[in-house]
Amino acid sequence: MTMPSINKASALLILGFVGLVCGPLVLSGFEMSLLGQFLALAILAIGLDVIWGYTGILSLGQSVFFGLGGYVMAMYLEASSLQPGQVPDFMSWSGVTQLPLVWQLARHFPLTIALVIGVPWIVAFGLGFLIFRSRIKGVYFSILTQALAVVAATLAVNRQNFTGGSSGLTGFTQIAGASLYAHATQVALYEVSLLALGVAYLLAWRLCHSPFGRVLVAVRDGETRLRFFGYDPAAFKTFVFAFAAVLAGISGALFVPQNGIIAPAQLGVAPAIEMVIWVAIGGRGTIVGAVVGTLFVNYAKFYLSNHYPNAWLYFVGGLFVLVVLVMPEGLAGISRRVLKHFRSPEARSHDQGTEPA
Amino acid sequence: MDGAIFVSQLFNGLSSASILLLMALGLAIIFGLMGVINMAHGEIMTAGAYTAYIVEGAVTHWAPALSTYAFLAALPLSFLVAAVLGLIVELTVIRHLYGRPLETLLATWGVSLIMQQGFRSIFGSNNVSVTTPTWLRSAWHVTTNLDLPYVRIFILVFAAVVVGGVFAYLYRTRSGLEIRAVMQNRDMAACLGVATRKIDALTFALGCGLAGLAGCALALIGPIGPTTGQAYIVDSFMVVVTGGVGKVIGAVVGAFAIGELQSTFEFFTSATAGKVLIFVLIIIFLNIRPAGIFPSRSRSLD
Repeated sequence: MTMPSINKASALLILGFVGLVCGPLVLSGFEMSLLGQFLALAILAIGLDVIWGYTGILSLGQSVFFGLGGYVMAMYLEASSLQPGQVPDFMSWSGVTQLPLVWQLARHFPLTIALVIGVPWIVAFGLGFLIFRSRIKGVYFSILTQALAVVAATLAVNRQNFTGGSSGLTGFTQIAGASLYAHATQVALYEVSLLALGVAYLLAWRLCHSPFGRVLVAVRDGETRLRFFGYDPAAFKTFVFAFAAVLAGISGALFVPQNGIIAPAQLGVAPAIEMVIWVAIGGRGTIVGAVVGTLFVNYAKFYLSNHYPNAWLYFVGGLFVLVVLVMPEGLAGISRRVLKHFRSPEARSHDQGTEPA
Repeated sequence: MDGAIFVSQLFNGLSSASILLLMALGLAIIFGLMGVINMAHGEIMTAGAYTAYIVEGAVTHWAPALSTYAFLAALPLSFLVAAVLGLIVELTVIRHLYGRPLETLLATWGVSLIMQQGFRSIFGSNNVSVTTPTWLRSAWHVTTNLDLPYVRIFILVFAAVVVGGVFAYLYRTRSGLEIRAVMQNRDMAACLGVATRKIDALTFALGCGLAGLAGCALALIGPIGPTTGQAYIVDSFMVVVTGGVGKVIGAVVGAFAIGELQSTFEFFTSATAGKVLIFVLIIIFLNIRPAGIFPSRSRSLD
């Protein structure tokens, strides 16, 4: 039976999770904050993996939902430290004297949380409804979401008195009354990110390993047949697209207080495609792969862009080509193959013997 | 606001539409006929633009008297450089990925990043510009307050000639016939003795060469930088999708529709609002006609 191997795998996952929980005990403040940011990004990767790896929808606009969550959180961070009647500096420079409505809402923490979840959900739901209803799929969908990323980045740059323009929002000092510079706050942000990642992981796993998940895979592998069976693929796709968008929004909201800035450059096409490579490297269609891939690529990016700033683009470009050509199943596929190779012959025959017919 | 400003705005829209058209034409061939999403198309175009820059620099250096005609030499060269680059990409990357469009998207995006960094290493990260040839510098004075710059007229005519050439090639020559045969039914074409592998490489190189021409034309009206291509790639894909994938005529109509609408919107609102409006319009349009303006008919179920 496969039961023992599932237990072994989940034991490994729980062990990894506990190890990460203890991270702040051994990591320096800087290392911890860096890992915290990457864990926040991994939440987005999980969502992307659910829609791409399982449902076969390649969205090149996840950066937009990430940005929506990130900007809402940044507005909260900025607005909550303002005196009543005061507006952020960049607004007063362009002659705005009253805080815009969304900014007003973002002054309250519970409302901010609601917006972080609600705004990406509404945008993704509306867009998904329109696009999937007209049976636009595959590369056409990818191209449309890419255009969405261009539009969002352009809007963020040009609505200067609302978003802070191309320099974005930065200079945050406190969150929910606690200083962002305090070690305790940083530990808390790290642990919250980790917790959110854990919850997102469980949710996504549950979603994909349920009858619902079966339908998602059916959408990926034979949408037309599914329709002939009487299912409505558009409804499933819209739901799962919105689910991934919410995860992306939460990811952005957790990323911003740890990273300290959100700017239009983070919403464009380039970051959106980079997000896809996190999942591709890890191995699409395995949720843990999305997490591992995110951590791996972002650490590589951090290291390379600090030590060899010119090499980073060559590296990531080469990575794209290599992953697609040589390891389409990503790290997950490789580790699976390596494990198979190293397992003793008896174990292998044992496996085969107990495989359900 | 008087009519003259509006007309010249329309005309500007027309000439930026023609650059979009040259870009989209190559994409329409590569994407529509081969099913490959070439995200490096913008960088191939930039390579064409840089070729124009190099040729101009070289001619000015070695034969200053001829420098005003350097651009004419740059046109075929930029086609050639872009086509060769395309051939290299096809032989090393694309060849392994036929039939998997999303994979080609990711791999060619990687290629585009490498090329961008390559441009940065060779030409620096600052923009460079090509001097407009003297014979294109003045304008056609239609009325006292309506001037149509020769450069833009030249680009418009050039785009028309290229489109005509592509159609003639695809529909009037033997290798054009073979290209269409392979794209319609690869197995049948192979059975009838068409060397499909060669045709694939040829088609991809042709599409890239067209991007090179677009770059060369672009160099006439604006500065060139390592990331210039990125600004065009998404728009060009929108043109192909709106026009209808698999039909070259779709790219032509789509480019002019989007280019004109965009410049009209920009005239009445702002550049940002123009972009947003176009995006919304395209989504609505695709809801009504999911396969674009010129859908290619097929009875196959995917």
